[in-house]
Amino acid sequence: MAEEDLFRSDHPVSASEDEGDGNEERRHSQLLEAISSLTGRKRGKLAERTEASLQVSEFNLSCEGAGEKLVLPELLGSIRASSSLGIVKKQLNRVKQKKSVELPLSKEESERVVREAAYNKTSKAVAKWEQVVLQNRRAEQLVFPLKQEQMRVAPIEEVLTSWKTRTPLEQEIFSLLHKTQQPVTDPLLTPLEEASLRAMSLEEAQLRRAELQKARALQSYYEAKARREKKIKSKKYHRVLQKGMSRKALKEFEVLRKLDPEAALTKLEEMERSRIEERMSLKHQNKGKWARSRAIMAKYNLEARKAMQEQLARNKELTQKVPMEPEGEEEGDVAGEGLLPDSINEVQPSMDGANPWMLGKPSSEAKDSGMQEDPKDPRESVAPEDAGNEGEEVSEEEILLQDFEQRRCTRQQAGSPEPKGAGEAEEEHLFVELLSNVQTDPGVEQPAQGLEGPLLSEQRGRRCTLEEIDALGQEEGAEEQEQPWPTGTLEESEEEGSAGGGHTAKKAPKQKMINLQAVLAGESHVIQCPAQPVSVQDEEEEAADQRLVIKEAFAGDDVIADFLQEKRKVEQAGKPQAMDLVLPGWGEWGGTGLRPSARKRKRFLIKPVSGPPRRDQHLPHVIISQQRNILAAAHQVNEVPFPFDRRQQFERSIRAPVGPTWNTQRAFQKLTAPRILTQPGHIIQPISAEDASPQSTMPTRRGSAALVPTPQHSRHHQRPHKKAR
Amino acid sequence: MRVKVLSRNPDDYIRETKQDLQRVPRNYDPALHPFEVPREYMRALNATKLERVFAKPFLASLDGHRDGVNCMAKHPQSLSTVLSGACDGEVKIWNLTKRECIRTLQAHEGFVRGICTRFCGTSFFTVGDDKTVKHWKMDGPGYGGEEEPLHTILGKTVYTGIDHHWKEAVFATCGHQVDIWDEQRTSPICSLTWGVDSISSVKFNPIETYLLGSCASDRNIVLYDMRQSTPLKKVILDMRTNTLCWNPMEAFIFTSANEDHNLYTFDMRFLESPVMIHIDHVSAVLDVDYSPTGKEFVSASFDKSIRIFPVDKGRSREVYHTKRMQHVITVKWTSDNKYILCGSDEMNIRLWKANASEKLGVLVPRERAAMNYNQKLKEKFQHHPQIKRIARHRHLPKAIYSQAKELRIMREARRRKELNRRKHSKPGSSPFVSEKKKHIVAVVK
Repeated sequence: MAEEDLFRSDHPVSASEDEGDGNEERRHSQLLEAISSLTGRKRGKLAERTEASLQVSEFNLSCEGAGEKLVLPELLGSIRASSSLGIVKKQLNRVKQKKSVELPLSKEESERVVREAAYNKTSKAVAKWEQVVLQNRRAEQLVFPLKQEQMRVAPIEEVLTSWKTRTPLEQEIFSLLHKTQQPVTDPLLTPLEEASLRAMSLEEAQLRRAELQKARALQSYYEAKARREKKIKSKKYHRVLQKGMSRKALKEFEVLRKLDPEAALTKLEEMERSRIEERMSLKHQNKGKWARSRAIMAKYNLEARKAMQEQLARNKELTQKVPMEPEGEEEGDVAGEGLLPDSINEVQPSMDGANPWMLGKPSSEAKDSGMQEDPKDPRESVAPEDAGNEGEEVSEEEILLQDFEQRRCTRQQAGSPEPKGAGEAEEEHLFVELLSNVQTDPGVEQPAQGLEGPLLSEQRGRRCTLEEIDALGQEEGAEEQEQPWPTGTLEESEEEGSAGGGHTAKKAPKQKMINLQAVLAGESHVIQCPAQPVSVQDEEEEAADQRLVIKEAFAGDDVIADFLQEKRKVEQAGKPQAMDLVLPGWGEWGGTGLRPSARKRKRFLIKPVSGPPRRDQHLPHVIISQQRNILAAAHQVNEVPFPFDRRQQFERSIRAPVGPTWNTQRAFQKLTAPRILTQPGHIIQPISAEDASPQSTMPTRRGSAALVPTPQHSRHHQRPHKKAR
Repeated sequence: MRVKVLSRNPDDYIRETKQDLQRVPRNYDPALHPFEVPREYMRALNATKLERVFAKPFLASLDGHRDGVNCMAKHPQSLSTVLSGACDGEVKIWNLTKRECIRTLQAHEGFVRGICTRFCGTSFFTVGDDKTVKHWKMDGPGYGGEEEPLHTILGKTVYTGIDHHWKEAVFATCGHQVDIWDEQRTSPICSLTWGVDSISSVKFNPIETYLLGSCASDRNIVLYDMRQSTPLKKVILDMRTNTLCWNPMEAFIFTSANEDHNLYTFDMRFLESPVMIHIDHVSAVLDVDYSPTGKEFVSASFDKSIRIFPVDKGRSREVYHTKRMQHVITVKWTSDNKYILCGSDEMNIRLWKANASEKLGVLVPRERAAMNYNQKLKEKFQHHPQIKRIARHRHLPKAIYSQAKELRIMREARRRKELNRRKHSKPGSSPFVSEKKKHIVAVVK
């Protein structure tokens, strides 16, 4: 209703305005006509079709405002009263509220819209590289070209599928492989190998392998030994050996007699036969070259005579028909062996048995230094001892081997009844062989130090440097501490050596009766220990000497006092000076040799302000100078450089050294790795989606996450720029 | 008296075989190696001095052209091959290892305006002042055969530049508009225009290969999208941009060489202000090319020098010039990141080392380790005044030197004037405008 009122009030006003307009227009046209007539030139008036106007109207229709738009309120005004037109009115009202459709955009405008949309789309698409770019910028090292072909191990299946046998050799190999049913795929085991794997557990296999290894080592050792002994030319040695053999054979025979009389009988026959052969031979008949020479010498030489007698006795013994007593022979042997006192050599193995480390070193050391030479051939010395001991002791190797066998037996009994592999059988065979070898071959003697041999020889290495000898000395010192004997000077140690000899001698009679005097008179194994204390004392003396010498040389110098004096001087120089402003002046006499009054002096002498305490105040042995070194300043950084915020930060970056002098090789390589690594002769292609590292962004995958430009990005760029300005 | 003699165990220093490395016993106890900082400083100082001593970047000059070299192109597959077009319409293909021309062909009448190789390296395209685009085979004709292009396209207007798509058989030319061509057709697939002006160069983005950038003579840089066949955005600078180059490792970064002696690196997404302004040239910059690692670029200038800029630094790290080198029109950084080629007005193509003091040829591992160490030391102590002084020192010809000085004075005067003006005007009436924003006139959407 309010609107309608508005319309009503509006209407008359607009109508009156319209009327006014019409009048004005009329007047205006008249004026124009008048002006045109004034010019005089008659203008040809164009024929104009015009709409019917007020002037020519016949139907009293007002055409005023023909050019004007129809205004909705005018229409609405007329339909005010009738209710039947209510719907139309409503519709018209609705139309009035709606805005008119705008004109289509101009070409420029529409293009611009398209461009903007395209730009947004493209920049979004490009932004997916953001992460990759940032990562590359921050990267410690970039390796170009980006597409590095990585070496990889091709699985055998792949290789085999592409493989074709061409040459006859290849075909042969392939046929062989097929024969053994060699599988191509993992696990690469033939059925046989699998079976063997199934047959034996790992532990067992390892154990067996270890045993086999040991056995093999022993065998090779024996072989080497046998070969060595075979080469020995010493007659005495072979004699002793033979004797030992025969004794052993006898012993065996004894055993055999008890156990198996028949076998013993055949053995006896054999022995008899050998004896007969011996009798038949011309040995021990005083007819050899040696025997003849002895016979000549026997007249004058007691020893030669003795030897001859010995041989005669032996001959008699051999030619006797009755089987001889072994004991008697032994006694004769002792005499025959004669001059070599066994005890000397016996000491060594016996001690070895107790502690193999004790003896080796000094002896080897003695050899190295060349101060003392072993008078006897070691082989010679070893052999008789063995001959003496063989009867009692079963050799170590034998024990070992038997031990093996025992263990194996027990294991086999205890363990599950597994099928014996080929290896096992072979091993057994080896053992048997070894054992038989040991038992049957009497030439091989079993020295007590058999296994320790290599250890000792290792110790025999060259010791030529002072340090090594010193180190040795230390070891010896330790040794001495273990022993209860008193340690002392060189003379003492020599005594010690002799005492050691005595010690060995004491032990010896347990095994054999021997002449102590002879042992001591003979060249014994003197253990000369250049004991550590000796050299230490030497050193001490020397050091003392040195000190004395130095003291003498620098007798006049008092370094400490000098330093203190210097420091005092520096302190004095560093102290702020008092300012003396005293001048002679009024009220005083002039002339030379006159001083201003004490009062004046006191007044004009300006005392200095004591500065901060010196930093080396409480450090008596240090002078700290706080003056700036101008020469060094030229090399120093004045202000904190750009990427660093604080001085400490910068200093820390400088302080850590990168050179190989201070860093291990690996660390050095890491520290000095170049920022950009290129391969010469390789073309570097622009980055592509495949190159972008997969763990950071596969751009397609994480595109949405990377779309938003992070503020870091702009900062990253701006920072260096600021600095540059 | 006993004499003490130094004696050593030969096992410590005698090799088992001659092939073994010499053992160098080391003790890393820091107490035994004192003064690490001063010692490393001295090493760094020496390394810096040596670097300057060995800085001999000029390698070779390839002469043979009979007019100024106007454009160059790298071979995409072969490092030793380079193509160049001269102002007399001649195109030469060079072998860099032999330093000789392997093929010459008269491609156009008048200038060879642009040259580009196909991505496969079997053929190349040239455009010239004779309004033609020509497609040539890389291999020369057989004996007695004539040098003839595979295709020739005759256009209506002069083409001023050409670039080939990095992956597809599509190339783009520029002149009055940017045309995108299929290799098989004689009419462009689409023509991209935005206002009427002559476009001096067009370049494909090497990563997002559908993107194009062009620079026109009405001082603007326009970006296009080939897929939507529409321009994207236009940025108007103070002065004309001669050419631009996309970063091969960063898809949205490109650098433009401007007439106002500067280079502007833009982020495609934020064109309102450049990411970095590279100042150092004293005359118009005519060409720019990125190193394949995307960390540096080289620019050729009318001031008869070429400069190498790190992407993130505002000043150049190196300037190359020789007495005989005139205005450098075109420059390229080889694809192995080792060498730089520049073609100049006086008909020569020059080959430079990208790293002036680098030792060429095979390096023994120890040598390489020493070089890396020296490099690291130089980096570590770069802020120390003596080292900085030595490392920065370069010789410049008098013309450039005096011009640079003059420019510096001018810049200072301008700054001072602005400062004074600001001082004497109402606070806030003369706002601060950052240096980056100063050179951007407008960004048109």
